[in-house]
Amino acid sequence: MYKETNSSKIVKWSLIGISVIFVVLMLLLPLITVITEAFKQGFAVYEKAVTDNYTVKAIWLTLEATALAVIINTVFGLSAAWSITKFQFKGKKILTTLIDLPVTVSPIIAGLIFLLTFGRQSPIFPLLQEWDIKIVFAVPGIVLATIFVTFPFISRELIPVLESRGNDEEEAAALMGAKGWTIFRKITFPHIKWAFLYGVVLCAARAMGEFGAVSVISGHLRGKTNTLPLHVEILFNEFQYVPAFAVASILVLLAIIILIARSLIEYNGKKKV
Amino acid sequence: MNFKKLTIASAAILSLALSACESSDEQKGASTAKVEKQTLTNVSYDPTRELYANYNEAFAKHWKEKTGKDVEITQSHGGSGKQALEVANGLEADVVTLALEFDVNAVRDAGLIEPGWVKEFPLNSSPYTSTIVFLVRKGNPKNLKDWGDLVKPSVGIITPNPKTSGGARWNYLAAWAWAENQYNGDQEKAKDFVKKLYANVLVLASGARGSTTTFIENGQGDVLLSWENEAFLALKDYPNDYEIVIPSISILAEPSVAIVDKVVDKRGTRELATEYLNYLYSDEGQHIAAKNHYRPSNKAILAQYKEFDPNVNLFSIERFGGWDKAQGMHFSNGGIFDQIYEKK
Repeated sequence: MYKETNSSKIVKWSLIGISVIFVVLMLLLPLITVITEAFKQGFAVYEKAVTDNYTVKAIWLTLEATALAVIINTVFGLSAAWSITKFQFKGKKILTTLIDLPVTVSPIIAGLIFLLTFGRQSPIFPLLQEWDIKIVFAVPGIVLATIFVTFPFISRELIPVLESRGNDEEEAAALMGAKGWTIFRKITFPHIKWAFLYGVVLCAARAMGEFGAVSVISGHLRGKTNTLPLHVEILFNEFQYVPAFAVASILVLLAIIILIARSLIEYNGKKKV
Repeated sequence: MNFKKLTIASAAILSLALSACESSDEQKGASTAKVEKQTLTNVSYDPTRELYANYNEAFAKHWKEKTGKDVEITQSHGGSGKQALEVANGLEADVVTLALEFDVNAVRDAGLIEPGWVKEFPLNSSPYTSTIVFLVRKGNPKNLKDWGDLVKPSVGIITPNPKTSGGARWNYLAAWAWAENQYNGDQEKAKDFVKKLYANVLVLASGARGSTTTFIENGQGDVLLSWENEAFLALKDYPNDYEIVIPSISILAEPSVAIVDKVVDKRGTRELATEYLNYLYSDEGQHIAAKNHYRPSNKAILAQYKEFDPNVNLFSIERFGGWDKAQGMHFSNGGIFDQIYEKK
């Protein structure tokens, strides 16, 4: 390392200073505000807010949508990443580009897409009515919207890892007579598991916080189609500031759990590679 | 922590979440087995949250006494126009209780409500009314007494956007009517007045609740053009910070209620939905409305609540030839509101 001159010291400390001030202003202060506002009227009020029937239902709905999104995106993400990196086929570029679509499209548009596809204006709506299938303004719509906005996360993590590794080991295994599933289990998956878990964590984090797409398609039916982020907004609009912040603190807590999981995964991943 | 432990932990969390889903399914199964339990969805607009929270409780009791059946009512709230659009798009509401006739007409035009719904319930299907008042900061520092004071250069106004908010349309029309009276019906002068008024608007939020939050929580502006019930609510929460100014003339805002015919026929809830809306006109329903700062349509009950100024000079939407006409002239694309707001 080069010797620190006076001027480089100034640069160093002012850069650190800027970063710290930025983190404090943009991250710590809002976090502290959420927590202090949540406990402003004491723990009893906080407890009442987070054990409120509508809040509990919102928590379960959020977890349900997140779990389903993670499961479905895992299947999709693994197959997509696997097929894109290990096989040659026509339209591969198009598929890769399409996978990125949900990240680039605004969530509101995503919600509207589903509203137009399954809502009353849609040509398939009479069919859905006949079979008594409810999608928009019901739980399936929320799950669909959540899956849509989160589906690139897992495959996006896997593709670079798989690409950089090449096919040599798999080809060797195949030559030695291993079947597809064995190759995946014994050769491919051990290499990608940390990237895969990281993708799952990102996917879960994004799914829990999703607001825009879900807001369009939810209908805000209390106790039925209100997820946690929507519930926070509703409470805030009802001038119920303490409960709003209390519920927000649950989301913060979930985010912190996910951050810890992420750090653990990163740490383990580095150790192994 | 190694990979195996992580996998086991995440599997445990997943199965927990899934079992929760299952258990809620079981609950659903149990409730369908008990035939007595009925459900009703009421899609309403922003400021009625507190009103319907109270009313639903009272109605559930009434329905139980009348029929012996339990009823569970689900609420949805948001900007009135947006809510109407969601119902038109397939949000399954048994009844809509919206800010104005025009929004219910939007649901009618989607083919969900039969024409002539306005006459289905008494008093043009508006069980409670409200009006538009000024909410100003304590002591009224800018001395705002009537609509004419709002166009003074230094006044900052908070009101929602009439293109998206029901309440905002009432605000706009009230200002327009005052100007018409002031200038002896001269439409150009009225237009000029309203243009000046909207030039003073600091924040044009999309809904009434958003405007109230802007004025109260964020401390923006000198005056909030507000539903009377919203203003009372703000006054209740912050008695020392605000006061209400009643202008010389204002509009009789008639929020509309209607049964969504297509939905109740499909779900078999017409009887329940009819009673739900009818009971709003009962003494108990009227008292609940009044306690939530809506003007009851029952004059005797209205007189019992001193907070409502009986002398306020109110005119109805008929002055503008009904909602369809007012909407077309003022709020449609390229209408008067677009003209005055764009030329700012």
